[in-house]
Amino acid sequence: MEQSWRRAKAAFAAIALPPLTWLLLFFLIPLAVIWAYSFGENTGPVTIDLTGTFANYLRAIEPIYLEIFWKSILIAGLTTMLCLVIGFPVALAIAFASPRTKTWLLMLIMLPFWTNLLIRTFALVAVLRENGYVNFALEWLWNNASWAMTLAGFQPLGEFEPLKLLYNNAAVVVGLVYVHLPFMVLPLYSALDRMDRSLMEASLDLGAGHLRTILLVVVPLAAPGIASGVLITFIPALGAYLTPDLLGGTDSQMIANVIERQFKRANDWPFGAALSFLLMYLTFIAIAIQTTLQRRADRRGA
Amino acid sequence: MTDVAQNSLDAPALRPDARGKDNVIIRFESITKRFGNLPAVDNVTLDVREGEFFALLGPSGCGKTTLLRMLAGFETPTEGRILIDGKDIANLPPNRRPVNMVFQSYAVFPHMKVTDNIAYGLKMDGVSGNEIRRRVDEALELVKLGGLGERMPDQLSGGQRQRVALARALVKRPRVLLLDEPLSALDAKLRDQMRSELTSLQKKVGITFIMVTHDQDEALAIATRCAVMNRGMLAQVATPSDLYEFPNSQFVADFVGRVNMFEGVLEKDEQDEAVVRCADFSAPVYLDHGVTGARGTTVWVALRPEKIEMHKRAEGQTPFKMEDAPQGANVTPGIIREIVYLGSETNYEVELEGGRRVKTFRSNLTRYDQEDFTHNEPVWLAWHACSPAVLLS
Ligand SMILES: Nc1ncnc2c1ncn2[C@@H]1O[C@H](COP(=O)(O)OP(=O)(O)O)[C@@H](O)[C@H]1O
Ligand SMILES: [Mg+2]
Repeated sequence: MEQSWRRAKAAFAAIALPPLTWLLLFFLIPLAVIWAYSFGENTGPVTIDLTGTFANYLRAIEPIYLEIFWKSILIAGLTTMLCLVIGFPVALAIAFASPRTKTWLLMLIMLPFWTNLLIRTFALVAVLRENGYVNFALEWLWNNASWAMTLAGFQPLGEFEPLKLLYNNAAVVVGLVYVHLPFMVLPLYSALDRMDRSLMEASLDLGAGHLRTILLVVVPLAAPGIASGVLITFIPALGAYLTPDLLGGTDSQMIANVIERQFKRANDWPFGAALSFLLMYLTFIAIAIQTTLQRRADRRGA
Repeated sequence: MTDVAQNSLDAPALRPDARGKDNVIIRFESITKRFGNLPAVDNVTLDVREGEFFALLGPSGCGKTTLLRMLAGFETPTEGRILIDGKDIANLPPNRRPVNMVFQSYAVFPHMKVTDNIAYGLKMDGVSGNEIRRRVDEALELVKLGGLGERMPDQLSGGQRQRVALARALVKRPRVLLLDEPLSALDAKLRDQMRSELTSLQKKVGITFIMVTHDQDEALAIATRCAVMNRGMLAQVATPSDLYEFPNSQFVADFVGRVNMFEGVLEKDEQDEAVVRCADFSAPVYLDHGVTGARGTTVWVALRPEKIEMHKRAEGQTPFKMEDAPQGANVTPGIIREIVYLGSETNYEVELEGGRRVKTFRSNLTRYDQEDFTHNEPVWLAWHACSPAVLLS
């Protein structure tokens, strides 16, 4: 017995060692280095003295950076909310689709994952830019409406002004929602799909309509799925870099863009490191809030 | 919905036993339900009358639940109409139908405490807060859950959860209460208790109950009338005793209770006498009633075990009191091959001369059985000419 346990332990170690080593070498050590840098000072173009200073953190909470943190939280929050509002009906529809349709719909949801993020973002540029598809369609409608007005004897509408859909905060939110929607839909779907259908039928049977059934029974019972969907959307949206970089305007920077600048153009690694860690702490706080809510819901006996 | 709610508001909470009224409350008219091409319910026409405790009985997969779900509004009939109080309900969604359901899984909302579960349906109807509180308390008392109102469902046993489901449906005072296999998830002892409680509950509230079950004991014990279903079709609709004593087919005779079935040919059929010749007996089977079948048709003689008497048979001796047995009493020799002692009764399997085995049993009326039947003992089996049911299909 003891012998076999010892052997199993060896086998366990053999299996666990490579990933642990990988984690240590490529995740924990670099993280520790960056953490150390965040308490350091630039003394030359490539030299950093680890002086133990808090100056980087003090600078990071100056109003200009706090504002960017706050703005990142707002954008990520808005993105998450939109994803939830759009994703919930989608997840509901998939959960209630016939088994065959379900497979196809899930595939469609996951399809974007197989395409590079950069390409998807540039595709969005092609859709939203001034001579992009949205404006193209709008112009067509405009011209037809104008033509119809002249037919009806009114003044034509005048020249079509293309909408400025790109390089602003709205474009960033649209891009983030587009990228993160699958992250929201999948956990919602799995929560809704697991749910006992007879609970919804019982609600209908007792006199509730579909809307009240969703609000009073489906949403509360899907709460754990909603919470994980929110978290899994909010965290990457908070640290988004590529989307604000490509779709945003000069005032659409999120915190990841600032961090990138510190590591590259500004060559201020200690400050960039401090910002990075503040972002990570924000993430931890979000996770902690979710876990607390989850535990409270569990205790209530869901 | 509102007029029903209004009616029931005025009605006293506990109505006297409403059994015996004969106005039709539910009518299924040629209802067919197909899933793909397979009919789950096949051309069912059925009336349920006010105040009945009606059972839909049949083997698993015969379409009982589907029929119930069409009544509740969760499935749409492929063909046919369903009428409640004479009105076609095809266009009423589930939340507007005056029926409520106790689901097989109970479907008690896990995120609401007991009182909120019971109040749910009343809130949906816009009943006032005071009224809700009063009726929820009343419903809790009705199902004997007083004092457990603040519990969450996961703090309740299975039986208690079922009571919550019952109270939640009954509190709305539906025209008809639907129960899908209400006792199947309970352990044996609780099931017996719930059987009698369901019966008395139904008498007390005076609401029509329709129960789905695959357990014939349960249906016979609880229901005032049963519909036996087989592969989506109605096999027979009758009171429990009529189902048992006057089955209309082999399927019903076999499904409801235990039976010995003998295939035979109708030899004689008159007003008050019939004769069937079965390969399993050397002598023909006499019946003291006519059978409405042409001579020479194949029929089945269904004989319940308790209707067979068993007597000692000594070599060469004529049967006991055969001389004074009424004309047409049936007697056949056999040998006991199997004995199963069950305490209150003992089951026997008797092998006839042709090798066919017949089930019978004797109640253990005394603590020492004087007759003491043993293995391989020769016996006479006897039954009255009125006992067997003759089936044409
Ligand atoms: N939603 C459904 N889709 C396809 N087939 C179904 C569905 N519901 C029931 N059936 C089929 O209909 C038949 C009757 O089912 P059901 O009414 O549940 O039987 P019972 O309740 O008598 O056991 C079964 O063969 C079952 O497989
Ligand atoms: Mg069923």
